[in-house]
Amino acid sequence: MIDALRRLWRTPQGVLGSVLLAVLILACLLGGVLAPYSPEAMDFAGRFAAPSARHWLGADQLGRDVLSRLLVGARSTVPLAVAATFSGALVGACVGTLSAYLGGRWDEAITRTIDAVMAIPHLLLALILVSTLGKGSANAALAIAVSVAPSMARVTRSVALAVRQQDYVKAAIARGEGGAWIVLREMLPNVAAPLIIEATIRVAFAIMLFATLSFLGLGAQPPASEWGLMVSEGRRFMHQAPWVIVAPALAIATTAICFNLLGDGLRDALNPRDER
Amino acid sequence: MSLAWLLRRLLTVLYTLLVVSLLVFGLTQLLPADAAVTLLGENATPEALAAVRLRLGLGDPAWLQYWHWLSGLLQGDFGTSMRTSQPVAPAMFTALGRSLMLGGASLVLMLLIAVPLGMWAALRRGKAADLVAGLVSYLGVSLPEFVTATLLLIVVADRFQLLPATGYVAPGEDLADSLRHLVLPVLTVSLILVAHVSRMVRSETIDVLNSDYVRAARLKGLSPRVVLLRHVLRNALLPTITIVALDVGYLLGGIIVVEEIFAIPGIGRALIVAITSRDLPSIQAGAMIMAATYAIANTLADIAYVLVDRRIRYD
Repeated sequence: MIDALRRLWRTPQGVLGSVLLAVLILACLLGGVLAPYSPEAMDFAGRFAAPSARHWLGADQLGRDVLSRLLVGARSTVPLAVAATFSGALVGACVGTLSAYLGGRWDEAITRTIDAVMAIPHLLLALILVSTLGKGSANAALAIAVSVAPSMARVTRSVALAVRQQDYVKAAIARGEGGAWIVLREMLPNVAAPLIIEATIRVAFAIMLFATLSFLGLGAQPPASEWGLMVSEGRRFMHQAPWVIVAPALAIATTAICFNLLGDGLRDALNPRDER
Repeated sequence: MSLAWLLRRLLTVLYTLLVVSLLVFGLTQLLPADAAVTLLGENATPEALAAVRLRLGLGDPAWLQYWHWLSGLLQGDFGTSMRTSQPVAPAMFTALGRSLMLGGASLVLMLLIAVPLGMWAALRRGKAADLVAGLVSYLGVSLPEFVTATLLLIVVADRFQLLPATGYVAPGEDLADSLRHLVLPVLTVSLILVAHVSRMVRSETIDVLNSDYVRAARLKGLSPRVVLLRHVLRNALLPTITIVALDVGYLLGGIIVVEEIFAIPGIGRALIVAITSRDLPSIQAGAMIMAATYAIANTLADIAYVLVDRRIRYD
């Protein structure tokens, strides 16, 4: 683990990704303390104030400080997306490993069904789920977890197929261990490394999906300062105050870049042979 | 490519559509909306509601409703929209046509940019060109469509007034104006695809460049241009076909957002309208059409792959 981290920090992507991640964690933990104003403090005289020394990133249509809203909004954007991805990934990993363990017809049936579910675009699946469950951050996160799971199951299955052939799995079967034990205790830990890489990259995707749902009005609800929602609310005032949109848009992009860099860095760190 | 393989591929598509239909029907049945109330409004009399429930078969068990819906689909009857009281199918397929135009244009633009970009990056590995291509692909996979679209709108349509901001003009009406309205949506949709595909082309090209047959071709004295066009390009493009087919999923998702932002009356916008107005038959039809598009695109890609690559033979 320590070794992998050291190798991660030797890749340029890893360093940049880790720095960005540190900034994000800081914003999530201390956003409210660091913010110069309250994210909901309105100031009608200062509506659409351009970026200045008073408002570093300007003010929005209600005179709220954009920087403060961004900092506080980190907490309603990032942790939910991370949690959604990793829970979806865990479910997907269990299904994928189970499929590889069972093999034969079961494997074929599970794989075909997963492929079929993946024929529904992620965003559409999430949209249908959220419209069923009702709008809101928690339901959006659940929808994201569900749409992440099938593709993670596929990735896991392909890794787990190789693990299935290992001697320690054969030994466990020969010992007469139950299926659940073999899947959860013997196989799952050994597919963890590639899974963590995949899941890290999917976090970027989940952040984008979550922001998109909020943008469409189905995720976080006003007056939350979730970033996708901020872009959506600022859109009508694009002409007067583009900064109200540009700041959260860049925050979303930077966060997604952060997790993409980390994923790529981890991939390089854990597969040193691959020089691509 | 044997007949048996084609048949099996077709069966896979049918199975996919079956699973999708179960999923879509199941999920929309859970919608906390009473279809009869949606149809008649909140102030309808109980008798009128009961009559509508009977007519729509809302009292039937779920499996029977599913069966009615599925057999309707098979006969090309997608049901009646609760919002407009018109048949769903014609409206959805008209919308699909507009979306396919947007999607097709995005695919073409993507190929025109991504293939040269990926090869260029591979040939100048580690140099500035490679860095530029890497940056483009990072930006592409990190910018959600709504962000790209909004930023493009701010710069191109608002600040410099180069192109119209939103709206749709049919090509038959005014071709030039129609194209001008398509530029920004197409750019937005193709960005994420360019990112994926150029990355893929780059890594495949690097593999092919290191292969024995390319070394042999060079040693044979073929000019670098011939080696590149005849040996490298062809072999590097093969795996790209598969990636492009899988990316159709992103494409369809992107189209939903982009159509909503640019006010294009395609299938994505139709779906959003259906979802916000809880118009069940339209949601179901739209989702089925999208999944079918994806499944068909993937099958076509598989067939194309086999036709192009003689080394692979599925029996």
